[in-house]
Amino acid sequence: MAKTLGPVRRKFSPWNDPTAKPLIEFRNVVKRFGDFTAVDDVSLGIYEREFFALLGPSGCGKTTLMRMLAGFEHPSEGEIRLAGASLAGKQPYERPVNMMFQSYALFPHMSVEKNIAFGLVMDKMPKGEIETRVQEMLKLVKLEKFAKRKPHQLSGGQRQRVALARSLAKRPKVLLLDEPLGALDKKLREETQFELMDLQQELGMTFLIVTHDQEEAMTVADRIAVMDHGKLIQVAGPSEIYEQPNSRYVADFIGDINIVEGRVTAIDGGLIRMEAAAPRVSIVMEDDAATSVGATAWMAVRPEKVRISHDAPIETGVNAVHGEVWDIGYIGDTSVYHVKLDDGGTFRAAVANVSRTVERPIGWDDRVWLTWSKTAGVVLTA
Amino acid sequence: MSTEKSRSGRFLLVGIPYAWMLVFFLVPFLIVAKISLSTSVMALPPYAPVVESLTDLWRKIGEFSFFNYLRLVQESIYVESYLSSLWIAFSSTVIMLFIAYPLAYGMARAPKAWRPTLLMLVILPFWTSFLIRVYAWIGILADEGLLNWLLVSLRVVDEPITFLATQRAVYIGIIYSYLPFMVLPLYSSLEKMDETLLEAAQDLGCTSFQAFWRVTFPLSIPGVIAGSFLVFIPAVGEFVIPDLLGGSDTVMIGKTLWEEFFNNRDWPAASAVAITLLLLLVVPIVIFQNAQAKAQEAGR
Amino acid sequence: MRRFSWFNVVSLTLGFAFLYIPILILVIYSFNAGRNVAVWQGWSVRWYVEVFDDQQLLDAAWVTLKVGLVSASVATVLGTMAALAMARLGRFPGRLLFSGMIYAPLVMPEVITGLSLLLLFVAVDFDRGFWTITLAHITFTMCFVAVVVQSRLVGFDRSLEEAAMDLGCRPTATFFRITLPIIWPAVVSGWMLAFTLSLDDLVIASFATGPGATTLPMKIYSDVRLGVKPEINAVCTLVIAIISIAVIVASILTKRQEVEREKAERAAFAGG
Repeated sequence: MAKTLGPVRRKFSPWNDPTAKPLIEFRNVVKRFGDFTAVDDVSLGIYEREFFALLGPSGCGKTTLMRMLAGFEHPSEGEIRLAGASLAGKQPYERPVNMMFQSYALFPHMSVEKNIAFGLVMDKMPKGEIETRVQEMLKLVKLEKFAKRKPHQLSGGQRQRVALARSLAKRPKVLLLDEPLGALDKKLREETQFELMDLQQELGMTFLIVTHDQEEAMTVADRIAVMDHGKLIQVAGPSEIYEQPNSRYVADFIGDINIVEGRVTAIDGGLIRMEAAAPRVSIVMEDDAATSVGATAWMAVRPEKVRISHDAPIETGVNAVHGEVWDIGYIGDTSVYHVKLDDGGTFRAAVANVSRTVERPIGWDDRVWLTWSKTAGVVLTA
Repeated sequence: MSTEKSRSGRFLLVGIPYAWMLVFFLVPFLIVAKISLSTSVMALPPYAPVVESLTDLWRKIGEFSFFNYLRLVQESIYVESYLSSLWIAFSSTVIMLFIAYPLAYGMARAPKAWRPTLLMLVILPFWTSFLIRVYAWIGILADEGLLNWLLVSLRVVDEPITFLATQRAVYIGIIYSYLPFMVLPLYSSLEKMDETLLEAAQDLGCTSFQAFWRVTFPLSIPGVIAGSFLVFIPAVGEFVIPDLLGGSDTVMIGKTLWEEFFNNRDWPAASAVAITLLLLLVVPIVIFQNAQAKAQEAGR
Repeated sequence: MRRFSWFNVVSLTLGFAFLYIPILILVIYSFNAGRNVAVWQGWSVRWYVEVFDDQQLLDAAWVTLKVGLVSASVATVLGTMAALAMARLGRFPGRLLFSGMIYAPLVMPEVITGLSLLLLFVAVDFDRGFWTITLAHITFTMCFVAVVVQSRLVGFDRSLEEAAMDLGCRPTATFFRITLPIIWPAVVSGWMLAFTLSLDDLVIASFATGPGATTLPMKIYSDVRLGVKPEINAVCTLVIAIISIAVIVASILTKRQEVEREKAERAAFAGG
């Protein structure tokens, strides 16, 4: 029986439906700035009502990809299609796509309501309708009382909501969010993430968010595209990205992980056996990675899936290393143990602090065993 | 369609000011260059045309007259004007540095609430007429002027000293007129300096003076350089100050050019003086630009 | 709270005394009753009365004002365009020459600018007078406007314009609705700078002018060459008074705006 990876949030997966047509399509898109290739042969489909995240470190090309969709940059090669029609040659002001800017880009000389009405005025919407729509948007972002204020008279969080209201006012087919929460403090950011998700559900719109914050991407998005050096590395749902990364890059970029390099010694019946040099250990993992005997591969296991104990494991068929506790990071909900392995290298294990008192606490310099089952991690070939 | 439209918009945006500067800056300049190569005649305009047509050009190329440039080297009045302009500009810049630095320092270290007012007080004379500020000194420096009256009544001197129509007066005029240009860059480089740097220096054992000399001053050098060039370059070509305050013994190149042009009506000579002066200034300007670019890089 | 140190007090006092005493003396002596400029003979406004009786002086002032208004306005438009071209268009053919031509007049001795423009006007046989002075002033002041406006554009958040376009605004409309209102303070100070430079200019105007057009600086200069005259003291005092009042009022207005803005910002943070 197939197990699912992680929790299931909502039953929405048009990307698994071969008959579904994507709303946005990037087809072999390349963008070069002089000698520098910012976006390198990206093909990607984003579906209607999807909340899609582009995730990667700064300079990975995610913002360029989004700006090409908005029309501020034009692809050097390939094409972008929206609802079946090519966007080539369309200027930003001709595209049914709106963007919320990282800096918010609120017009400093206009009041909150003028800012929100701006796009509608540009569309030459009748005055009465503009007023109704602006009121509606103000209510949506809970800023009715601030309609007459200028942007500099607002707090950071309020500005963010004005920017959001302004970009939603025209009811675009797609809303682009460029690091929308980057300027907010941690607590407000987490609240706003959930507000964004509710809003997207409520309005039934397609959201494309660019972020370098993996937690943010994991929280809000239906699917995430992890990018590096202009290339898409993996496109998948948050739980798959976390539990089934397709490369060391993704595994390392998302969350914390232990990676051990080794040589494959045997493959049989869905089991892969590896010999590692540092730490010197034999590993067996249940994985169907495409590798061959003698090839180099990497075993990756998340710290929270590693057990830490004073005692050697009793059961067989479990992977185990031993060493000395080097450092303990107490974060509150979890403790992270950094263990210096006897056979070389370090390893981390995270333990949830489920009770307030511990009977046999693990302390600094303790000798410990670290164990993980053959399904706890993955074997990576790249 | 729309791209085409925006392209024509861009063309107009750059095209109009570009055309203006070509017609009113570059072309006049080429005319000056051309006239500097022609010979002086007693007529109106007082120069012989150099080239009348393209075929003419070819013939004339071999016989351009560098006569005017030769004169610049041979006649002592020109060489003297150039050298004394450079010397006066340079030495007044140095003197000004000693006056402007304490002033800028005092402003930058004044209570924060005072600084905008002090800044305003430095900028205000810059807005009021240059000519008037130079003129104000004539009454003060004259033989029977206020300064001499003061010196005599205080019995510092027995006889009035001649200030007006001397080099001393030119120095005073230049220093007085250009002081704001020196103070402002110094102030801005001193004002933005992080005061904790000084506290750190003192914490590490510097006396106040050492802290100034080892921390404040080195960090203000970009301001010193910027101020010096802002003062030096226009001072070299100055006309009003040597004309109104200096005497016949003060020859500066701006004044020589003016006299060559208006009094002697020797346009080719004036043009040659202009071209040479410009070339003379290009070198310091290039140095200045490089220094600024470096300062910007360092500031990044 | 930081206090003045004695060193700072001394250097500030001496520095500002040096800057202001000559002007102060000029102003005081403009009220001197006697013709002799060095000897004080009691208070009087007779030289001011004479200024307003001197038709030549009034004509010169009027010419100066007209030249200043026309040239500052045209220079502001051209200089703003030049600034936009330099800040926004990136690389375009001849950019180096363009920026060179914009920066050169800032450092070029006025005698050279004046001489070259005069030679142009002579070469094309253009009647010299009011218009040639105005053209010359537009040319050298637009460069100052360009530099002032460009420095504002450097700090301009481009995403504001992108946001406007993203919301359906065409480029030209974006300029008038977003860019211009935001850079407006710089455009205004560019205009003011151009205006004062034009009022102040003696050298370039002397070259560019012909018979019939005399500006106030030219008139003052020709009088001053003959020695100090009390009427000139009065004229200078008037000019100084007008410019100082204008500058002080302008700076108080901007200061007040800033204070209000800050107050509003603080209120927002307290309330938000």
